[in-house]
Amino acid sequence: MLIFIARRLGLMVLTAFVLTFVVFYLTNLPPNLEKLARSEGSVRMSDEAVAQWIIDNGHGGSVLGRYGQWLGVVPGWQNVDEKGVPRGRCFAAGTDPAAAPRYCGVLQGNWGYSTFFRGPVLQNLGEKLAATGWLMLWVMIVMVPTSLVIGVVSGMREGSRTDRVLSTFSIATTATPEYVSGVILVALLASPVTGLSPLLADWGWIDGKVLFQGAASPDKITFWSFTLPVLTIALYGIGYIARMTRASMTEVMTAQYIRTARLKGVSFGQVVMKHALRNALIAPFTVIMLQFPWLLNGVVIVETLFNYKGFGWTLVQAAGNNDINLLLGCSVVAVFVVLVTQLISDIGYVFLNPRIRLS
Amino acid sequence: MEDLSYSAILGRMIFQFWPVWLALVLTYAVSITFKRRLGLYGKLFDSPVGMIGFGIVMFWVFTALLADYIVTFDPYAVFSGMKNKPLGTALAGATEGQYSHFLLGGDALARDVFSRMVMGARSVLAIAPAATAFAFMVGITLGLPAGYFGGRLDTGLSFLANLVLAFPVILLFYLLVTPEIVEHKILFFGAFLTTEEQLACKAAHEAGTAGLSCFGLSIPTMMAALLFIFPVIFVVVLLNARFFTDPKKRNLYVGLVVVFGLWAYSGLAFNADPSGELLTSLAQTFPSAAEFLGVETPIRDIWAMEPNLLNVFVSVVFVNAPTVFRIVRGIVMDLKSRDYVAAGQTRGEGSWYIMLWEILPNARGPLIVDFCLRIGYTTILLGTLGFFGLGVAPDSPDWGSTIDEGRKTLTLFPHAALAPALALMSLVLGLNLLADGLREESLRD
Repeated sequence: MLIFIARRLGLMVLTAFVLTFVVFYLTNLPPNLEKLARSEGSVRMSDEAVAQWIIDNGHGGSVLGRYGQWLGVVPGWQNVDEKGVPRGRCFAAGTDPAAAPRYCGVLQGNWGYSTFFRGPVLQNLGEKLAATGWLMLWVMIVMVPTSLVIGVVSGMREGSRTDRVLSTFSIATTATPEYVSGVILVALLASPVTGLSPLLADWGWIDGKVLFQGAASPDKITFWSFTLPVLTIALYGIGYIARMTRASMTEVMTAQYIRTARLKGVSFGQVVMKHALRNALIAPFTVIMLQFPWLLNGVVIVETLFNYKGFGWTLVQAAGNNDINLLLGCSVVAVFVVLVTQLISDIGYVFLNPRIRLS
Repeated sequence: MEDLSYSAILGRMIFQFWPVWLALVLTYAVSITFKRRLGLYGKLFDSPVGMIGFGIVMFWVFTALLADYIVTFDPYAVFSGMKNKPLGTALAGATEGQYSHFLLGGDALARDVFSRMVMGARSVLAIAPAATAFAFMVGITLGLPAGYFGGRLDTGLSFLANLVLAFPVILLFYLLVTPEIVEHKILFFGAFLTTEEQLACKAAHEAGTAGLSCFGLSIPTMMAALLFIFPVIFVVVLLNARFFTDPKKRNLYVGLVVVFGLWAYSGLAFNADPSGELLTSLAQTFPSAAEFLGVETPIRDIWAMEPNLLNVFVSVVFVNAPTVFRIVRGIVMDLKSRDYVAAGQTRGEGSWYIMLWEILPNARGPLIVDFCLRIGYTTILLGTLGFFGLGVAPDSPDWGSTIDEGRKTLTLFPHAALAPALALMSLVLGLNLLADGLREESLRD
């Protein structure tokens, strides 16, 4: 078991390095640096001035070296610009270079300066992640029980009418990406001109013009503002997890030991609860864990659609505003989430399924 | 001219789709009549779910093919006074021969939502199936040997596949599908050169004095060069494995595929298809013949892709291929312990023959099902790209971009975003139902 985890961890670290390097390489391409120079320096800079700005601000040299500096395994750059002011990665312009640490990268906790937020990346990213955490918590609370119940109920009697109805529902939700269900939900429930809201307002059932809010904010989490974003993310996942649970449940229900239990006279409810459920929920556990990367996608779309200022919104802003450090920070978080969930799903699978022996 | 009621809008829309209905009725009549002779495709008509799914998918396929006869207006044209108008608004100042109403209203730029939705089907269905097919070629060509041989090859390829899969899709799109990436050339002899040298090379390129040391390709072109060669390799190996005992036939088939494949490859990946220039010069040498045939010069290349389209296409293939690889690898690992594989090995068949002509045909069931599902997934991905404004072209009528435009005025004028959203959902739903029907039928035999 320990060797297995150690090997997985090693592979994980390697993957993390490769992926962050790819992101670093792509965000630090010369055209991106030129764009950065023009937005940070001046739009009307000549090409020579742009090149000089790039060199002065430590973006010169080989990309491997700069990646090392960003990681914190290569000493940070230092130089003196044309005005004679010493500048460097590890200290603010004008302060004494001798007092600054030699290494300052991600490993030392220095994630750089975000040009979009006008502040340190780490602190801003932390706040946004907390905001997304609340969203995800509610998504999980809604998504996991709903999908498991749907899957188990439709899987315990395969081919019944309940099964047909629930399966159709699951297929329909997997065919509805977040940007489609979000648009439909907003048009239906959060628009003052179409859907339910004008009707309800006419009857005097709701105070404002709309039933649910079409925008959400992390500062004020209410039922009316959070329902639509949470539902939008959860819907896509519900269908997928429910289908996996159903498949695993139908397989378990045809197993020999279930038949034996039935023949011994155990009631159907008891068989489902006591005998089938544990084995049927092994596969969905992995699926739920592997859903996280996809939820990341959903979060980006939903936060853009509902203007919720969380991690996904930050990623879009960082990419749109060419904020290199922020984008790198976002990608570190994203890669970390994906890799950790993969690891947990692997280890959890082994724990839940005693038939798997590791060699 | 009066505005239309909802029932009139529905009636007119159904009428507007008449070529599609005709084509659908013909397809179903022919298919059901001959369903016993049509193999798996015929069996689809035994399952109601599959039939419904197939109907929805074919509806959009025919819509895409016959879009020119269905649209009521030019999808790019702007009509004054029609901005954000609701469903069924009469066109202000309609002239003779023009359609009288905006069936699904106008969007924020006063264009016809209905026509854009119909044309959107064309731009989505032009990319999604082709991109999925390319992803399958890549996945199969790499997945077969990885599953069959195992060992180091498998470890290496699986690591690469997992690497791509661990990359958050949206981040990848944001990094790859940007105008800067299309323009920037990664230096061939120094992808890891210093910034100074790269900038010098860029200046040299602009001045036209770039030497061999500054030779480079853009990232999309490089990825296209890597990914587009797989279909050629796949077909060549496929034919070679089958006919290598009959060198005459083999040389003919493989030769044809190589010539044709490399021609298409040069055009699609490097935009270096010589056919356009050849045909143009031909037409200029024989002007009378060109006039007789009604061709206009200059003639476009037969194989060509706009840089932006290529970028989107390559990114989608790149994201899909690793999943296909994993599926194929898994199936092959399962199937390679079967008796017919052992029999083939005992007969002394080559590895590639066994992989491509013994294992692959037996894996077709799950692969066809996954192909249908994956087209749906690719459609969703393309929509995602459009939703973030990274689509093929800013004013393209494809559904993702239209949803993106419509969401800015979503709460007040939802119809502009709702129409493409429902269209996209129905297509993906149709593909999922079709896949379900196929799965049921293929499990039955």
